[in-house]
Amino acid sequence: MAEFAYEPEPASVGLAPGESIREFAGKSPWRLAGRRLARNRVAMAALALFVLIVAVSFAAPLYAKHIAHTDPFANNLNGTTVVDGKTVEVLQQGGGPLKLGETPIGPTWHANYFLGADNQGRDVMARVLYGGRASLLIGIGSAVLACLAALFLALLAGYFRGPVDVFLSRLMDLIWAFPIFLLAISLATVLLTAPDGLQWGPVHVDPSSLWIPTLIIALVYVPYVYRPVRGQVLSVREKEYVEAAVAQGASSLRLMFSEILPNVLTTVIVMLPLMIATTILTEAALSFLSIGVQPPQASWGTIIDDGQDLLYSRPWVAIAPGIMIVLTVLSLNVLGDGVRDALDPRAKLRLKG
Amino acid sequence: MKRSVILATVVAATGMFVAACGGSSKSTSSSGGGGTSASSTPGADTAAGAKGGTLTTLANAAPSGSPDPQVNYTLQEWQFLIITHDGLVGFKRTSGAEGATLVPDLATTLPTPTDNGRTYQFTLRPGIKFSNGKVVTGQDVKATFERLFKIGDSPNAGTWYNAIEGGDACVKTPKTCDLSKGIVVNGDQITFHLSRADPEFLQQLALPFAFVLPADTPAKHVDIPPPGTGPYKWAEYKPTTAMRVVRNPFFKEWSKDAQPAGLPDIIEQKFGLSVQAEVTQVENGQADWISNTDTIPADRLPELSRKYSKQLHVNPLLNTEYMALNTNVPPFDNEKARQAVNFATDRSAIVKIYGGPQLATPACQVLPPNLPGYQPYCPYTASPGSGKWTAPDMARAQQLVKESGTAGMRVKVNSDTTDVHKAVGEYFVGLLNKLGYKATPQFLSADIQYPYVQNSKNKVQIGWSDWFADYPAASDFLEILLGCDSFHPNSNSSPNIAQFCDKTIQGQMDKASSTALEDPNAANQQWTAVDKATTDKAPWVSLVNTKMLDFTSARVKGFQFSPQWYFLLAQASVK
Repeated sequence: MAEFAYEPEPASVGLAPGESIREFAGKSPWRLAGRRLARNRVAMAALALFVLIVAVSFAAPLYAKHIAHTDPFANNLNGTTVVDGKTVEVLQQGGGPLKLGETPIGPTWHANYFLGADNQGRDVMARVLYGGRASLLIGIGSAVLACLAALFLALLAGYFRGPVDVFLSRLMDLIWAFPIFLLAISLATVLLTAPDGLQWGPVHVDPSSLWIPTLIIALVYVPYVYRPVRGQVLSVREKEYVEAAVAQGASSLRLMFSEILPNVLTTVIVMLPLMIATTILTEAALSFLSIGVQPPQASWGTIIDDGQDLLYSRPWVAIAPGIMIVLTVLSLNVLGDGVRDALDPRAKLRLKG
Repeated sequence: MKRSVILATVVAATGMFVAACGGSSKSTSSSGGGGTSASSTPGADTAAGAKGGTLTTLANAAPSGSPDPQVNYTLQEWQFLIITHDGLVGFKRTSGAEGATLVPDLATTLPTPTDNGRTYQFTLRPGIKFSNGKVVTGQDVKATFERLFKIGDSPNAGTWYNAIEGGDACVKTPKTCDLSKGIVVNGDQITFHLSRADPEFLQQLALPFAFVLPADTPAKHVDIPPPGTGPYKWAEYKPTTAMRVVRNPFFKEWSKDAQPAGLPDIIEQKFGLSVQAEVTQVENGQADWISNTDTIPADRLPELSRKYSKQLHVNPLLNTEYMALNTNVPPFDNEKARQAVNFATDRSAIVKIYGGPQLATPACQVLPPNLPGYQPYCPYTASPGSGKWTAPDMARAQQLVKESGTAGMRVKVNSDTTDVHKAVGEYFVGLLNKLGYKATPQFLSADIQYPYVQNSKNKVQIGWSDWFADYPAASDFLEILLGCDSFHPNSNSSPNIAQFCDKTIQGQMDKASSTALEDPNAANQQWTAVDKATTDKAPWVSLVNTKMLDFTSARVKGFQFSPQWYFLLAQASVK
């Protein structure tokens, strides 16, 4: 594909099959990528689905207040609701001669308790929406933090090389050597059981703060972004235009942030949606294990955990957040593929070739 | 005793459990165990069945700790040990209140203490053999108690059995333990001399720690319980797979009350399945019973209640579930703040968390119903006076919080991660936030939560816990859980989680304990006063008193629930 390889690596403004140079002449690489992404209908559908999930999740307070009329964080063990004109208890005593157990109300498919209640008598639909807010905030936040930290460290390691590279790379190896969940669980156990949360000088982080799972997940994923980006930096640093800038007397900061960064940024951008999908899954797993988001706050993982106790009688409590996770991760993965194709059309060619 | 190392009650006043039957549903009938099951007639469930077959029971995990009978402190193993071993005295092997009465076992009669309660004389029954064929002698008895100290970590060596003369020295230097002065053997006559009177000494002799072992049993932990005198002997003990007992060929029934012959030929307990899978196996008849250490998932209760009600057995327990309020750490070092939480707690909501009114009843005070000294008392309810909890009083609670000046403080609610206890923790997070505190949860795995919540170093402000009676004596709750001597700073073994120490109340406790030696009834009245005084100080939020739910397979006949040992495995027929 030598005829398309007119732009320096690893920049991602090469032409895809069927694209003519004339059509894109004078356009910036970012605009070219944007147009390619916009033409990818599958990726656009995935983006629309993701935006929809984000929108409904962030509309959770409106849903809880104006539609479900409920507080999704307060227990409602002795509460009642109206179904088909009849007042019924949210937690209903078991049947049979012994009347054992208390079963939460199932899906009503109405405004109140649309998906039923959990074992604290809380509206599952409202919690799923609120849970989406927490899961997305943590997922996006930790992925962004991981990417930013990895990018910065990779620039330092790749640009300075030598002892800086050795130190940072071994540090990343060390983190990478731990199984992700083992490390995350260890960190979460320590941080969540700290009696007064975290105190860094004047900064206090409450144990129930979403920042704790966000930071933990970000930390464990830094090496996964750092590795490929460092490789890119090492490669770009040797390019002629960087050497030209060095010859012009450019400072290290300028070289790193003006010459190298723009040329490795695409790698991070391609990785970001996939990282968000991964971090959302990690958050769900940690919360499921009770070491992520702390109750009464909700995340999709905590709701699945709550639903685990109700799998026989009220499966929707676990299924609903599960569906949301699947849709979110699927949309992000498809979108990620689209972004990669848009920014790096040669990868697509290579795949097809 | 904590649920994880759940112990049954020891000795109960006659008729204690009869009252508890009143709580059962009208649509159910009383089983022999004093609880409820869907058996059409009480007799049908307790009728003796045929001998033979294998009773297969299930547990998620093996009994925790060493299998050594003088060390293990779990009901799970004790239910097997009582059919393989005997003490000088034992609890009558039957259901109902009678099951809490002491009867002579290896001894011919129950001794009457002399020398101001410091001397007990027993006569050994003749001709009883261990499962290795050797005849039981007085020297075996003496050696058993010396081994109890020599082994070094028998849980109650230093709290119960050190009352035997020479016992304190044995605690200090276990390896050279000599109880020649404390246990005098003269042929079949065995005389115990105590250094101090202990009104509960006979009950302690009836527990597995004091079950008689062959004198040549090595003074170190055994991998499988050594030979005993019961109708069964240990054939297998593999913590990862199963434990199993088979018939003891040397057993001849000498007392139906103390040690009746068993019905199944083999009794086994398999380990490793999830509780959900255990329920399914019992439903399908692949197994016969789920160990009491495994809680049947709440999600399965309605299904079991509808389809398998005849195989379910509900029986009352001597227990209190509670939230301990740390009286040394803000905000609950303030009595009004503690009382506020008590007034605000909706016990009917807590009952729902515990599976509904058939499995739990609201509690307001320290002592559970049916315990000697118990008198219904509930100052923390919307309409106090009847002694029963009726509804929360939020207005009073909010007023008390305001008066205490503690509103706005951060509170961490500690509980464990098991379904029910986590739900209780979540309930209190919501409740405390409603009362104006800034509450957050702290859920720890059940294994570490109990030591964590006890240790004052962790400054737990409010923490869930529960207690099952070792003894049906008020002291077992009030003195152990709320006595000044039960608070051990910076220790993982400090059962006084609330760190409560009131000198006046402690004086009342001491007086009641000494009265118990001479006049148990008067002592019980004094314990009633202690219970009320302690409840008024609100070191706990007492939540509920729970009941035991047993699920047996369709082929199990003759389910009997002893207040001491719970399900009497050997008395059930599977033929």
